[in-house]
Amino acid sequence: MLKIENLAFNVNTGKKEIIKDISLEIPDGKLIVITGPNGGGKSTLAKLIAGLEKPTSGKISFNGTDITNMSITERAKLGIGFAFQQPVKFKGIRVIDLIRLSAGRELTIAEACEYLSLVGLCAREYIDREVNASLSGGELKRIEIAVVLARKSLLTVFDEPEAGIDLWSFSNLIDVFRKQREEIKDRSIMIISHQERILNIADEIVVLNDGEIEKQGTRDDILPELIGTSSAVQTCLGIKKELD
Amino acid sequence: MKLDKIQQYLLKEIADITDTPEGAYNIRSNSQSIGRQSSANITITPKTEVSGIDIRIKEGTKNERVHIPVVMTESGLKEEVYNDFYIGENSDVEIVAGCGIDNCGSHDSEHDGIHRFFIGKNAKVKYVEKHFGSGEGTGKRILNPVTEVYMDENSSCEMEMVQIKGVDDTVRTTIAELKSGASLVVRERLMTHNKQQAFSVYTVSLNGKGSSADVVSRAVARDSSFQKFEAKIVGNAECKGHTECDSIIMDNGKILAVPALEANDVDAALVHEAAIGKIAGEQIEKLMTLGLTEAEAEEEIINGFLR
Repeated sequence: MLKIENLAFNVNTGKKEIIKDISLEIPDGKLIVITGPNGGGKSTLAKLIAGLEKPTSGKISFNGTDITNMSITERAKLGIGFAFQQPVKFKGIRVIDLIRLSAGRELTIAEACEYLSLVGLCAREYIDREVNASLSGGELKRIEIAVVLARKSLLTVFDEPEAGIDLWSFSNLIDVFRKQREEIKDRSIMIISHQERILNIADEIVVLNDGEIEKQGTRDDILPELIGTSSAVQTCLGIKKELD
Repeated sequence: MKLDKIQQYLLKEIADITDTPEGAYNIRSNSQSIGRQSSANITITPKTEVSGIDIRIKEGTKNERVHIPVVMTESGLKEEVYNDFYIGENSDVEIVAGCGIDNCGSHDSEHDGIHRFFIGKNAKVKYVEKHFGSGEGTGKRILNPVTEVYMDENSSCEMEMVQIKGVDDTVRTTIAELKSGASLVVRERLMTHNKQQAFSVYTVSLNGKGSSADVVSRAVARDSSFQKFEAKIVGNAECKGHTECDSIIMDNGKILAVPALEANDVDAALVHEAAIGKIAGEQIEKLMTLGLTEAEAEEEIINGFLR
């Protein structure tokens, strides 16, 4: 379980508060979706959990261990996975290399290919490709997700997994999360998303606005409340645009 | 041919062999040929005026390899070696060269290999050259290769030039002249560390219609090392030329990249690119989220970059 207590994050030497005194628990075996308007602090919260940013104050603990001052590596070793919103490009590092590093062992090509197939990529075409700018944004994003899935983390944080992904792949992605959802049991998943279809598979939804938790509860409680809000309108417009 | 452990180690590093290779070969150790074999299509003969060998590949030779590695284990040796390759028309061959120096003494060891390639019409050559240094001595390990490539009509040549570790001083000079339809691809990988210095200078002249060259260097300068990459492509006809220098700078390293293009024909299409920068922070962070330490992440990024 991940426990966040009174977490705050400021920039500009404390003048701007991005995260304001947030407390939140992510229990094992749950799929939590964090939503809310752009600039509300969602990605910052994800980075604070993965260790890419250090909080100004507050505490984060994971399965009883205080991880607030731990490095990214230490958190990863404890079982926290993180899928970047903007996948990182490399020169010379291939898809197979990243999947092997992520799994932490010498996977066979066949094993590695399974993760690519999960995200709808024809594994043979991609396994030896370099993770560089020759891949499209959507391809990079799907590879990013496949790499993180190979890690089999206890808690995986996906920062806007739908961003930059086409409609067909998006349906696949929902299936991936649905499948993960069925398999998780003692694991948990946290997804940052605007998409109603992702909100629909959540156990719990947290609405983050202006650095604070505006709403929090089960999907059945929160989702109807979101309909008609600016965030829901944004979501619907997004889906309509994809369908067009 | 008997090889000691250091010789075997060096051969493994530079040519991926630990014993006598198949086909034609010449293995040079401490200024002497310790093993030489010609094949039906590839003849290796020693030069008489200067130190070195002539490698003659018969017209139409296909899918054959020739190994000509050099190892040096005696501190203080200094040699100039002239190797000429005559590659017959319509042949398709791979040449594996390379030099490994192990210097445990206090005197500098130096190998200057002057390689000239005369590539016949329609011939296809792959050339692999790896340079490597080892040993705890204070004497320098110095390599100054000169490579000249003369390409006849419609020939093609792919050169993989690698210097990964342990070479203290190097001046690499490569000259190429291409006739019509000829195509040259160069992939250079260079890493310097400690106080090493590396100069790499290319001059490629595209003299014939439809000739092309693609010269790409990837380099990493660590510690207090210095590198200078100078690549000039001259377009003297309707041709295509591209040169790229992509470098990672670390610690107190210094890199100077000097790409140059000269067009003497209105139909010459030439492009150069050069980029120098440290490892992107987000690359390190990404690998750390996969459980690697910062140092492990850097190694992975560099190994990938220099692959």
